[in-house]
Amino acid sequence: MSEPVLTVTDLTVSFPTEQGRLTAVRALSYHVKAGEVLGIAGESGSGKSVSSMAVMGLLPAHATITGSIRFQGRELLGLPDAEFSQIRGRRISMIFQDPLSALTPVYSVGDQVAEALVVHGALPARAARARAVELLDVVGIPDAARRARAFPHEFSGGMRQRVVIAMAIANNPDLIIADEPTTALDVTVQAQVMQVLATAREVTGAGIVLITHDLGVLAGFADRVQVMYAGRIVETAEVDDIFYRPAMPYTRGLLAAVPRVDTTRRGTLVPIEGQPPSLVGLGPGCPFAPRCPLVIEQCRSTEPDLASVSGTHQCACYRAAPAAPAPLVSGIESYHNVSHSRVLVVEHLVRHYPVRKGTILPRQVGTVPAVDDISFELREQETLGLVGESGCGKTSTLMEILNLTPPAQGRIEVLGIDVSTLDRRRRRHLRADLQVVFQDPIAFLDPRLPVFDLLAEPLRAHRVPAAEIHQRVPELLKLVGMSPEHASRYPAEFSGGQRQRIGIARALALEPKVLLLDEPVSALDVSIQAGVLNLLEELQGRLGLALLFVAHDLAVVRHIADRVAVMCLGKIVEVGPVDAVYTAPQHPYTQALLSAIPIPDPAKERARERILLTGDLPSLAEMPSGCRFRARCFRYAALPVELRSRCEQEEPAQQARGAAGHESACHYAAAHAVL
Amino acid sequence: MTETLRPVAPLMERSSRGWMVVRRFLRRRLSVIGLVCVVLLYALAFLGPLLTPWSYAEQDPTAYLAPPSAQHWFGTTQIGEDVFAQTLRGLQKSLTIGLLVGVISTGIAAVVGTVAGYFGGWVDRILMWVVDLLLVIPSFLIIAILSPAFRGKTWLILVILLAAFSWMITARIVRGLTLSLREREFVLAARFMGVSPWRIIARHIVPNMASILIIDATITVGTAILTETGLSFLGFGVQPPDVSLGTLIASGTNSALTFPWLFLFSGGLLALTVLSVNFVGDGLRDALDPTSTHAGRRRSGE
Amino acid sequence: MTGFLARRLVNYVLLCLVATFLAFALGSATFSPLGQLQGRNPPPPASVIAAKRAALRLDEPIPARFVAWMGGVVHGDFGSTIDGQPITDELARRIGVSLRLFTLGAAVGIAAGVVLGVVSAIRQYRPSDYAATLFSFLMLSTPTFLVGTLLKFGALRLNELTGTTVLSFTGESSPGLPGGWWAHLGDRLAHLVLPTLAIALAQIALYSRYQRSAMLDVVGSDFLRTAQAKGLTRRRVLFKHGLRTALIPMATLFAFGFGLLITSSVFTERIFGWYGMGDWFVYGVTQNDTNIVATVTLFVAVVVLVSGWLSDVLYAALDPRIRL
Repeated sequence: MSEPVLTVTDLTVSFPTEQGRLTAVRALSYHVKAGEVLGIAGESGSGKSVSSMAVMGLLPAHATITGSIRFQGRELLGLPDAEFSQIRGRRISMIFQDPLSALTPVYSVGDQVAEALVVHGALPARAARARAVELLDVVGIPDAARRARAFPHEFSGGMRQRVVIAMAIANNPDLIIADEPTTALDVTVQAQVMQVLATAREVTGAGIVLITHDLGVLAGFADRVQVMYAGRIVETAEVDDIFYRPAMPYTRGLLAAVPRVDTTRRGTLVPIEGQPPSLVGLGPGCPFAPRCPLVIEQCRSTEPDLASVSGTHQCACYRAAPAAPAPLVSGIESYHNVSHSRVLVVEHLVRHYPVRKGTILPRQVGTVPAVDDISFELREQETLGLVGESGCGKTSTLMEILNLTPPAQGRIEVLGIDVSTLDRRRRRHLRADLQVVFQDPIAFLDPRLPVFDLLAEPLRAHRVPAAEIHQRVPELLKLVGMSPEHASRYPAEFSGGQRQRIGIARALALEPKVLLLDEPVSALDVSIQAGVLNLLEELQGRLGLALLFVAHDLAVVRHIADRVAVMCLGKIVEVGPVDAVYTAPQHPYTQALLSAIPIPDPAKERARERILLTGDLPSLAEMPSGCRFRARCFRYAALPVELRSRCEQEEPAQQARGAAGHESACHYAAAHAVL
Repeated sequence: MTETLRPVAPLMERSSRGWMVVRRFLRRRLSVIGLVCVVLLYALAFLGPLLTPWSYAEQDPTAYLAPPSAQHWFGTTQIGEDVFAQTLRGLQKSLTIGLLVGVISTGIAAVVGTVAGYFGGWVDRILMWVVDLLLVIPSFLIIAILSPAFRGKTWLILVILLAAFSWMITARIVRGLTLSLREREFVLAARFMGVSPWRIIARHIVPNMASILIIDATITVGTAILTETGLSFLGFGVQPPDVSLGTLIASGTNSALTFPWLFLFSGGLLALTVLSVNFVGDGLRDALDPTSTHAGRRRSGE
Repeated sequence: MTGFLARRLVNYVLLCLVATFLAFALGSATFSPLGQLQGRNPPPPASVIAAKRAALRLDEPIPARFVAWMGGVVHGDFGSTIDGQPITDELARRIGVSLRLFTLGAAVGIAAGVVLGVVSAIRQYRPSDYAATLFSFLMLSTPTFLVGTLLKFGALRLNELTGTTVLSFTGESSPGLPGGWWAHLGDRLAHLVLPTLAIALAQIALYSRYQRSAMLDVVGSDFLRTAQAKGLTRRRVLFKHGLRTALIPMATLFAFGFGLLITSSVFTERIFGWYGMGDWFVYGVTQNDTNIVATVTLFVAVVVLVSGWLSDVLYAALDPRIRL
């Protein structure tokens, strides 16, 4: 291939902080060639985003940057703003992580795209606006001419990200930096956006730097991958080498820690022990050494340099040994009996939210059926996964159960008690048996209370005597793998994984029979996530808990659940035993969802058929008649006209299909393996 | 970006939050100066009278409208009162009223705001309607109208009135915060564990806005002093023979050009007091409110 | 929609009514309007006092008095003062005086405050920022009556030094001024300068503080980064994308700022001898005149609600996310 478009040499970035100088990027060197996709992978704090911001010259003024960044032979570092702005957006463009806040709220999207053209003098204002509409069309915004006049808040996250991509490709750049472009998006939208990015690559022929924490995304898209840890590259290789022959223990650990959607059944994941190091005052030696299972004395004293393993495959490790990634399943299968007694029954549950409009004249304009007539049950010691994309109603369902108040419509029964029969005292009593763990442990634990008080709170609320509380709190900490000494510390002093353990301990304080988990691992890095999942499985076996596991990550659910219910637009569209649903999904939505999930396996990923859904989720406020999924449904689109009317008029009901307990709500359900 | 600015939380000792607050506060020079000034002003107001033989109500028949001298540090008035003693008395009154009003009104605001925000429904609607009503007629006007009623009575009535009419805006803010805290997961979690609403308010909601309340109390001290002196200036606040900085400024205004000591000392001390209190409030905001924009950035910018 | 508007309007009217009633009732309960009459020397005959008593309807219960007064207000009659002067006649003139002060004060305050705040934010932690901060704090800490008095004496000194009347500080116009329309206009403007300044300084301080922090909030935002990544220079990004967005919170501040303005106008009018509504209110309280006090309160309530409504409209105009 041609000369590198971008060459980064010895890039070091540091920031002053209250604790001392934080070195976010340490002596980073890499290059990108034209038309090539370079994947940069790493967990939060690994410096992957900072390094790309440095390339764009967008770091705040107090950052200290040294080294060299050469773009098409020109040094970018130290370039004055006026000159740099000639390059930004014209020769190099960038796509950011959070599309929701990436657009200026007060200008229409068409104007914002056009601005990218006008500012570089590419086109006069009027022509730029016409071109902006074309660009919006290229990135797949339906009815682009009309939508160009809309404001960012009228677009969904996926649509906003398309607008950002339209801006990025407007001037035919030579390099596109995409910083976690799909992290904030749902999987089906992620698949669409990655498709748009692939289009952008074809249209512009630009080199692409794709930064992500999700190795699966890189498997099918990147040509080369570099893995970053603690501000440095620890391994770099062609994409196949990274996934099939990783050499660095960290890379191998990462691959082993991720639950995969394409492998059957549970087993224990292998977490990476410990925490990523603080980048303030980093000591000598390999920063990964404290967490490394293969550590030797040399690792602790001197940091290894990047050295060739074979060909272009380089790795910064004394113990580098390319090997197939560690087997996903290690040790014994955890196995438990699912009995037949039902601990939670939800029948025809409906939850409508009022829709309000306007600030000057706030008023209710209608209702949104967040949860619309759903039924499911959870048996003793069973794990039921409730999956779906954002806004599908899964969290509303959870909250409705947790309220323990009579629902607007339908019936909820907890441990054989219909919640509509509860009085205040008995409701409080029942709460002890039904506990919850939320997504974000930072938000879930009151930052002002020490761990002891946090764990004691539910006990105190249920009038447990003080002496017993003092005995119970250390027990709880031990139960979740923490030490009793931690009781006097505050939540802020713990890492995300530890906090989630505290959250779990707290939920278990009252010895509940049913535990509801709302995205319990989605805020955690993959290396940490595995440990928490293992803990949950272990506790379930030991304490005989029934788990309702709400998640958007289908791979995690496949790993932990016995049965899975797929929600879409307030309805359960498919439910069944995990293996049946994943290997032979019936409902087109389930199929699309499963096919959208990237698999960390380049060969599989390249060979895979991906079902791309068209358009956006319909707004819940304007629900179509009949089957509400049909606007995005590929099966409906392929139907002959005479068969379509059924989808348009009749709302499909759950019907048993395939394996025992496998039901789906589609008139034309048909099994179709997508993994 | 965020990933670098939020390093992995270092293990901190239990008291370190307190120290961090102190450190952040001390970093702001103006706030420290403000704090020192507030302390000095209180000391001056309460210990100062010991330094002069004159009491605020006493008249010196040998000195009418005398300029500042060794005898009368701040000069004397038309009827021979010692301006130094009067100013200190006024300062005392204004500082005490400010402090009391700040504490009481923030207390009311905390209760009304959390109750309205947490329970919602008709309680919320009624309370917020009352707040709307009190915002429609400035508290200043109401107290002025009521002033004939407490003429000749204790100044504590003025304190109560000032406190009763200055909690509304804070209550609004507190209600807004409560509304968002109520949906925060740790409050939900407590509720789902069976913790009672009042206990949730006391243990989770109020402590989590303690910093806002402290900041707001400080600001209210400043506004209360301004309102009190304003009322007194117009003759609707502290009533003679008692004095406040407001009455002193009012009586000194007419002859301020020829006899500047009647006006300058009280005016200057008033401005200095409120300024110091406001600087302290600003420093507290920086130190206590982790979301404030200029906290960390400043250091790193240097 | 119409139903909602109607409900909102009803609530506004109700708030005005209750506020006015509150002022009327509190005034009636605490004032002793006969005090001055009774305190005269020689004391007026009992019949005179009784007649006054009847004229002021002091023997009727307060609600009845309020209803009677309000009945007049609905027909444009605001009753009369204790001295028997019709209030309505003076009302229009005084409202004109006050509104002139309000609008000018608010306009100058917002315009200068926004500029000062933006400059402060962009040049954060430079000397200009520190100077602006110090100015704002000083202005927010110095009560209007002090600022007004100091301005007045400053002007006096200036006039003494120059030997002519550069700045006038008493009343809204010079009485008996010869000359044409232009001379009168110039004279009125000269009289406006100091009171407007007295009232606007605190407003400038208030708006500049908020504008500064709104601007700082926006400075670190993602969309500015996107705009910069498009190739806009930093300066252009700050003004075109940053300032435009940072103006939005100013709209909500407007209602609050106006409340402050009303209170400080009371002092300004007193100090500079403007016979506006604030001055009238103080006069009403000292004269124990319930009707004047209630009238001013009604005026203030209407002004506050109108400014609140304007604030909402401004908000919607600035922020496309807010829709009717």
